[in-house]
Amino acid sequence: MDIHQIRSQFPQLGEKVYGRQLVYLDNAATSLRPVQVVEKWDEMSLRHNSNLHRAVHKTAVDATEEYESTRAAVAAFIGAAEPAEIIFTSGTTQSCNLLASCLENGGFFREGDEILICGSEHHSNIVPWQMVAGRKGLKIKVLPVDDRGEIRISELPALLSGRTRLCAVAQVSNVLGIINPIPEIARICHANGTLLFVDGAQGIPHLATDVRQLGCDFYAFSGHKMYAAPGTGILYGRRELLEAFPPYMGGGEMIESVSWEKTTYAPIPRRFEAGTQNISGVPTLRPAMEMCKLLESREISAGSDKIRTFLLDFFASRPDITLYGNPADPARKLPIFSITVEGAHHEDLALILDKMGIATRSGQMCAEPLMDRFGVTGMLRASFAPYNTMEEAVYFTECLQKAIDMLK
Amino acid sequence: MSSLAETKAAVVEEFSMFDEWLDKYEYLIELGKSLEVFPVELKTDDRLIKGCQSRVWLDTRVQDGILRFRADSDAIITKGIISLLIRVYDGRSAAEIAADNFDFVEKIGLRENLSPTRANGLNSMIETIRKEAERNV
Repeated sequence: MDIHQIRSQFPQLGEKVYGRQLVYLDNAATSLRPVQVVEKWDEMSLRHNSNLHRAVHKTAVDATEEYESTRAAVAAFIGAAEPAEIIFTSGTTQSCNLLASCLENGGFFREGDEILICGSEHHSNIVPWQMVAGRKGLKIKVLPVDDRGEIRISELPALLSGRTRLCAVAQVSNVLGIINPIPEIARICHANGTLLFVDGAQGIPHLATDVRQLGCDFYAFSGHKMYAAPGTGILYGRRELLEAFPPYMGGGEMIESVSWEKTTYAPIPRRFEAGTQNISGVPTLRPAMEMCKLLESREISAGSDKIRTFLLDFFASRPDITLYGNPADPARKLPIFSITVEGAHHEDLALILDKMGIATRSGQMCAEPLMDRFGVTGMLRASFAPYNTMEEAVYFTECLQKAIDMLK
Repeated sequence: MSSLAETKAAVVEEFSMFDEWLDKYEYLIELGKSLEVFPVELKTDDRLIKGCQSRVWLDTRVQDGILRFRADSDAIITKGIISLLIRVYDGRSAAEIAADNFDFVEKIGLRENLSPTRANGLNSMIETIRKEAERNV
């Protein structure tokens, strides 16, 4: 399929805002949805709506089959050893919180233990750990990034101690767009007996991912950033680790048997899926994963590479623009471009671009510590998806120039 | 000095001359650039208005029941909006401001065009001015 055929499957790309053609460059916040995903949601809501697992009637069996076959498809999609290693959540944030809670309540941390967090993390991969650290008396350490935004991997061994129980790092930062060297981080962490959690929210829409090749122990991502329904998410964990976890929330499908004297819990992964699940949303992950695979085609990725080169060259040619996330090897850069412009505030730029039809993001991007690291109050971010075109990239640079001219 | 109603009507009239929102921005940018210089020593945390993506400082002085406003922001469009608010409300009595409905903001489309983005904290700015007035009635 060529880019135009792909684009025709995302109806919102044809929308107009303020009478102008919408140019959607806020994909790192949430992707657009293809018709196949919406049709699946429709089908699940209008034809197969039933609660899961318990009832014997036909529609409940169908709904359960859809849900569980999606779990198997997700396992295959990310290279998990088995479907039981896939826990459905509401999104990456809940995945992080579930993991933090289960590690805490499972007695994984003792007072004085350490958690190492990468300096470019999203708040969702910082705050849950700070909360656990506050309750358990843990120490948070930071794995720094350099001026290019690349992890200072040479400092990693020295940052790990015998007390470092967990390292939390994104596959790709939502601000910097750099593909972090996860396999290398995994090797160093494991040699130290430290578990590795990888936030894959930004990685999964762009990168064919195999969790066992990455070498991580836990991996999380959101459906809504990879074309599926909002309110869907995944936490992957290796079986032997998940089996040692206590439940996350109580109630519904997470039990084995309940009595006043003693309640026992379901095996993984249902132990972590209390209450009615996102029965319409989860099955949309299947058409969404198919879309991800379609977008990995040589033709589409060649287009994305050209856009990346064009924008890297454009920003490099502009002394008034600072690009954050500029790896020595451009092949490690995803098309997520966060910038500041001398003499033009990010909020002003985003407001003007909006009126030109371009959706971007401005502000701290849920990464305040990283803003502090670079000494800025915020940035302007244009984040591309594989369905964005070179014409849109060119239009973005032209409009950015006009906005800068207006503000200077 | 024109009455509050007259000043509000004048602002609405000026904005109605622009069809395109980009032109309205252009106008706000000009207003922002011409806003009276805000003393740097007044840029304190207690003058920061919360809920804005850009930093907005508002300084309020009271002279015989009359409110005097000075403000600044690091974002220029926000600064333009502040300059409108100052033009309308600076130098008026606390009672008059507290009784006002701030309807010109809707009439020029500021709220629908800016506020949903949460970016400039328009509501926070208005609330701060209103509270300052109520406190001094």
